[in-house]
Amino acid sequence: MSEFVIKQLSIFSENRYGRLFEIANALKEANINLFAFSIAEAEGFGVIRAIVDDPEKAKEKLSSLGFVVSFTEILAIEMKDVPGGLAEAVKILKDARINIEYAYAYSGREKAVLIIRVDNIEEAVERITESGAKLVHNHHFT
Amino acid sequence: MECWDPNIELMPNDGLNVIQMKLLKKLVHRLWDNSEFYHKRMRNADVRPDDIQSLEDVTKLPFMYKTDLRDNYPDLIFTEPQRKIIRYHASSGTTGKPTVVGYTRNDLEMWSTSLARALTSCGLGEDDVVQVSNGYGLFTGGLGFHYAAEKIGAAVVPASTGNTKRQLELIKDLNVTAMACTPSYMVHMAELAESMGMSIKDDTKLRVGLLGAEPWSESMRKNIQSDTGIFAQNCYGASELSGPMFTECLEQQGIHVWKDIALVEILDPDTLEPVSPGERGEMVITILQKEAMPMIRYRIGDITALVEEECACGRTHPRIERLSGRVDDMLIIRGINVFPSQVEHALMAIPEVGSHYLIEVDRIGSLDTIMLKVELSKEAFTDDIIKLRKITHTISDSLRHILNIRVDIQLVEPGTLPRFEGKAKRVMDRRDFT
Repeated sequence: MSEFVIKQLSIFSENRYGRLFEIANALKEANINLFAFSIAEAEGFGVIRAIVDDPEKAKEKLSSLGFVVSFTEILAIEMKDVPGGLAEAVKILKDARINIEYAYAYSGREKAVLIIRVDNIEEAVERITESGAKLVHNHHFT
Repeated sequence: MECWDPNIELMPNDGLNVIQMKLLKKLVHRLWDNSEFYHKRMRNADVRPDDIQSLEDVTKLPFMYKTDLRDNYPDLIFTEPQRKIIRYHASSGTTGKPTVVGYTRNDLEMWSTSLARALTSCGLGEDDVVQVSNGYGLFTGGLGFHYAAEKIGAAVVPASTGNTKRQLELIKDLNVTAMACTPSYMVHMAELAESMGMSIKDDTKLRVGLLGAEPWSESMRKNIQSDTGIFAQNCYGASELSGPMFTECLEQQGIHVWKDIALVEILDPDTLEPVSPGERGEMVITILQKEAMPMIRYRIGDITALVEEECACGRTHPRIERLSGRVDDMLIIRGINVFPSQVEHALMAIPEVGSHYLIEVDRIGSLDTIMLKVELSKEAFTDDIIKLRKITHTISDSLRHILNIRVDIQLVEPGTLPRFEGKAKRVMDRRDFT
């Protein structure tokens, strides 16, 4: 497994009052730090996706509370936190003909990061690193 | 007061009882001789045709059930050869298999006669224009009212379902005076008319609604009558009996059930003994004149009471009160019968969901809605939201195929739906029928 492949938490959640709080509170109780998260919604339910500092522990905690949790492999590309930063990162993916299934981003103190889910992750790692773009090492999040 | 057949409709009870007895005996003999199915059932119950000597003896006869129709699909229960059958209807079955009903010429005649008497008791006749907005086709509602209305000499507008705006135009342009549909469709029509700047009360000649095929309440009747100015008449029937057969008269004090056509018993659903006169219980119905597919002591599942006293309209035949429920868990949604077992059956074929589900039924405005909550199985969870949505579409398509009705699907988290130690309560019907 590539050192650039990051374990994302994917949590199934009904679109129900207070549900996000329950998840966030569980992570707080387990002393888990969140780097980024997003919610994808469908009819009456959603999938909450999160990058955390200890995915195993987070999964254990959430599962013990009855949540359905799985891991999904994603990549994190560094972006410059300036106008055009996203365009530059996405151009690399475009030129490498990498299709994004979904993406979300955060802008931290040190850098901005674009999180992407792609269908062929190993190939994507190869092409992105070849292109000179910088992928975030999975140790960065632990 | 007009009667379609005053001789029979106003006949004193003694006379009607004699007719009933004669027809019952004839029916039992005919079944004993011609129906392999019912002959066997009578043998098992150790009853012979000659044991039926009084109307009370009907209780000696074995019951029939909806499953008898399913188990004998399509026509193994028929007692007439195909060349005598001139019509079929069908309804969706409880496990995906439909039930088929068949009619001889006499059966269609009996059916339309029963309903012709009923329509006449609603004040309808040659001068009327009846718009039939029940579904035509395999469902008995459309053709049932169609033939009865023609029989009484009314002009029929065979509108069937759908295109409500056009239906309203027809009501206005053709001076429609009566309309057969579900009560919720009547409400929907009135609402749509209002939004079009049209008033059913002031701008149309409509004065009678023949409403049925789904449960409704006295308060709903009051609202319909005050909003539209029509007589909102309660109707009763079922495809197993023939189709829509009986209605109230304009007194609106219960549905007249013609004694020469049907023999009604009201039983305690637990003991299966007759209840005291006037008490509510499970209706068991015998159609006395049916050739192709006799129904005898049929446990139709509706709960009601029988009023034996002569009606203020002068008709001597007994009346059944507004239905107050079902002995089983059958739901009627937009005129379609839905059994939770059908839903369960559909879910079993879909591995991505578990076996826990909850059916929520609501009435929003005049429209019934049905929502199925079902637990996603842990193993089926994927980060791919498109795949998750595909699961809901698979369930929805499957239910539409089986039930012929759109069901909203909501995937819920595993372990969140109620668990039951005893009998599971998988239906939450929040519609107000009281």
